[in-house]
Amino acid sequence: MIGDWLARKEVCICCGSGGVGKTTTSAAIALGMAARGKKVAVLTIDPAKRLANSLGLPELGNEERLVKADVKGELWAMMLDPKRTFDEIVEWHAPDERTRDAVLSNRIYQELSNAVAGSQEYMAMEKLHELHQEGRYDVLVLDTPPTRNALDFIDAPKKLAAFIDSRTLQAFTAPGVLGLKVIGRSSGMVFSVLKRATGIDLLEDLSAFFSSFGSMTEGFRERAERVSALLADSRSAFVLVTSPRADAVEEAGWFHHRLLDAGLPFAGVVANRVRPPAPKGDPSAELAELLGDAGLARKVTRTFEEERRLAAQDRRNLADLKKRLGRKPMIEVPHLDDDVHDLAGLRRMDEFLFGA
Amino acid sequence: MSALLDKRLLVVTGKGGAGKTTLAVALGLAAARHGKRVVLCEVAGSERISRLAPELTTVSVDPEEAKREWLRYQLKSRTLAGVLGGSSLFQYLTAAAPGLTELVTIGKVWDLAQLEPRTGGPAFDLAIVDAPATGHGLAMLRAPSTYASIARVGPVGRHAERIDSFLRDPSQTGVLAVALPEEMPVNETVEFERALDRELGMAIDAILVNAVHPARFRPEECRRLEAVEDGSRVARAALDAALAEHRRARGEHAQVRRLRRAAAATVVTLPRIFEPELGRVEIERLSAELERKL
Repeated sequence: MIGDWLARKEVCICCGSGGVGKTTTSAAIALGMAARGKKVAVLTIDPAKRLANSLGLPELGNEERLVKADVKGELWAMMLDPKRTFDEIVEWHAPDERTRDAVLSNRIYQELSNAVAGSQEYMAMEKLHELHQEGRYDVLVLDTPPTRNALDFIDAPKKLAAFIDSRTLQAFTAPGVLGLKVIGRSSGMVFSVLKRATGIDLLEDLSAFFSSFGSMTEGFRERAERVSALLADSRSAFVLVTSPRADAVEEAGWFHHRLLDAGLPFAGVVANRVRPPAPKGDPSAELAELLGDAGLARKVTRTFEEERRLAAQDRRNLADLKKRLGRKPMIEVPHLDDDVHDLAGLRRMDEFLFGA
Repeated sequence: MSALLDKRLLVVTGKGGAGKTTLAVALGLAAARHGKRVVLCEVAGSERISRLAPELTTVSVDPEEAKREWLRYQLKSRTLAGVLGGSSLFQYLTAAAPGLTELVTIGKVWDLAQLEPRTGGPAFDLAIVDAPATGHGLAMLRAPSTYASIARVGPVGRHAERIDSFLRDPSQTGVLAVALPEEMPVNETVEFERALDRELGMAIDAILVNAVHPARFRPEECRRLEAVEDGSRVARAALDAALAEHRRARGEHAQVRRLRRAAAATVVTLPRIFEPELGRVEIERLSAELERKL
């Protein structure tokens, strides 16, 4: 059960493909830990306000807010604003105001912090790390962003750090021509061709970016390393969220494989919306008798048979996944009547996630 | 339906797991029945489309491949593009060029929707794109205008502007949002419609609410089901399943009504299909539903 998975853990990262109930599961885990006396913060990056919705908050901001949940511990929630977090880091690391403003107004920086794939994911990790450092919470639960590729966030710290920290590039975007010695005469041509192909005067923007950002790269690199280290730490746990649908299960299996490959502490799988196994047999004759209406009995039987077939398929899909998980555990949360979108709904998930 | 099919590009987006790919294929089949030469584009790379409808032309847009194609076109030289595309410095720098990946991806889709594709190849009447989920879908549609504002030199900015105005022209481009009849997907869809209008001045042509359970039982029938007290295990399970489904259907229909009130776009519902995996028959059924309702 989740309680065992997260014993002695300080960070819980919920990941999985879109539409499997990741945000809801994150919120239910956080609420459950808070109910068991922990001081918990749940973080989402989802701009669609799903977390706020399910916690009964009108909206969430880049600061933690206390959820009125009537629990033994405390439940806090926040919605990350990646751009804002990125700006804060720049403000933190900038040696002086002039450098800070130069970076914040640089176009490469603005695009990088706003739109470039991976920066959102990276910022989620950054904030997670920052909160963990501050040590104000017993447990942090992160709802990972709904990325096109559900794994972007694992590589995000490395990718972004590599970009910001590219010494090669700094060498030849630095004032003067020393870069030409390193990279060769063709780099001038590369840049002019690139200008034609991309329409952006990269050389100019990049030199401006690095000349002002240069003094901060060391700080960024160190942070990125610490973020990566936190993800791999034994105090972290990755919880993989899925549904029993074939495509979700397929993706979850692959995702599990990738987590292990990356050496990340994988705790287990939460499968949402699982239909309970249905008993065998044809109830139509008995129902006709009980209801005194053969037509109604047929309708009930048909509904039941449809559900039973879907339940059987769920079982097959999850059995496949279990095989791939080896000894790692899987928790099944049944299909609850209404979809879960408020505190009461989250509490109903609790018994399945935490067991009694 | 024919107003939609007379456009050149249909963008199918919506919540992850709501059935975007399935409905994109169903639309493609409907368009083909109307005599259109259709191309289905995938940008998220799951390649489920070709499995579902082998007779439709499908293109899976790979951002890296699209980048190389874009280079060949912009540089007008295969050799130069080849040398450049293969260099790691280039890989690094195009990753640094903000939004270039999104631009070349939507650029490729745009190209497929042209009567005379720049990159050669056959012409199509209609391109249907199975776009990434809501947030990323919006980012993709926004890419050309973002890029046009930062690309200061050369013809690239102008090209991005052309793509942008094509996307924003409702006679050329249509947007379909796929939703589910549940609380959060409904909120998300409403939010998406507003963001699309606010950021790009674009409207959704139709919201497709997928997998809506049928209302099978009348209230009076439900009362009779609830009144049954005896029964074997299997009979009880059947009654419970019927009542649970009824409650679900009722909740879903309330969500659809809420969506209809909150959204400006037409809302179309599609039935829940009770098959573990969707096959050809089911897709055809959805396709016929779409044709009837749009």
